[in-house]
Amino acid sequence: MILIKRYRFFIGAVIVLAALFFINNQIAMKTIDLTIYQLKTMALVIPPIFILLGLLDIWVPRETMVKYMGEGSGIKGTVLAIFLGSAAAGPLYGAFPVAAVFMKKGASFKNILVFIGAWSTTKIPMFLFEMSALGAKFALTRLFINIPGIIIIAMILNKLISKEEIKNIYKKAETYAS
Amino acid sequence: MSATLYIITIILFGISYYKDKNKTKKALKKAWKAFENILPQFLGVIVLVGIMLAVFDADFISKAVGSESGWFGVLIASVVGAITLIPGFVAFPMAQMLLENGAGYMQIAVFVSTLMMVGIVTAPVEIKYFGKRLTVARNILAFIFSFLVAFIIGKVVGGL
Repeated sequence: MILIKRYRFFIGAVIVLAALFFINNQIAMKTIDLTIYQLKTMALVIPPIFILLGLLDIWVPRETMVKYMGEGSGIKGTVLAIFLGSAAAGPLYGAFPVAAVFMKKGASFKNILVFIGAWSTTKIPMFLFEMSALGAKFALTRLFINIPGIIIIAMILNKLISKEEIKNIYKKAETYAS
Repeated sequence: MSATLYIITIILFGISYYKDKNKTKKALKKAWKAFENILPQFLGVIVLVGIMLAVFDADFISKAVGSESGWFGVLIASVVGAITLIPGFVAFPMAQMLLENGAGYMQIAVFVSTLMMVGIVTAPVEIKYFGKRLTVARNILAFIFSFLVAFIIGKVVGGL
């Protein structure tokens, strides 16, 4: 029962896919192909991300995280958050578990939001890819708008969400990353 | 790209193992627990993204976002981009193809930006960590921001 509850979202998605077979066989087959392709990508990128997350959790002391990315870390913390997010690989949903460990270790909420933003859209390996696919002008323009954009979005979100809620999010991170 | 990630992971893992076997074991256990915790959401999201990519394929999108499609095309591109959240190595080749098929820069910019920053399909993972309110607020802000990105790229790159 617990297993069904945990996997209800996945089961729902599979039911939708099964229904697709009756509606449009071609699209359903294509979905299967795309899902397998994505599973392969996930199998490739996810293990190192989680191993790094585990190592980070064990080896980096809380004081270090607080010092470099905590409340008082200032511009240094923001730059580090952008750098760490940009150096990452893998889809955005890989960023959330990493963010949970950062929160557990005492990174400030604003820096967490900057990190998520950077991971979503200014990844360095992706930037090179973007340049070759869409041209340097396109990629550079997007990068120059994105960096301030990410920081501004983080600041707005930080103000928008109540202290109480932030506290709850940190509490949740504690249980997920233990 | 993943080669670098693997090299870094292997080096750090080796150092950790050399320094303290027990701690390294503990790290692996933590890694597994963190992964196991989010696995159901991951699997669900992957199937949903598969469905979305199959429905909104490059053909469909290039019909919707031709360079003549104007703001309406931008709107459609943004909605399609916002629904799924796919990594750049899928997004950029797709965007390049759309450009070659006559899509405008503004439409492509909003598509790429929402694709990477806004994820309705992946929201269950985000909600699990950050709760509903923050997830909704972040995605809405990223969505609005993507229009600004599109507008500026349209001016700078498209020379409108």
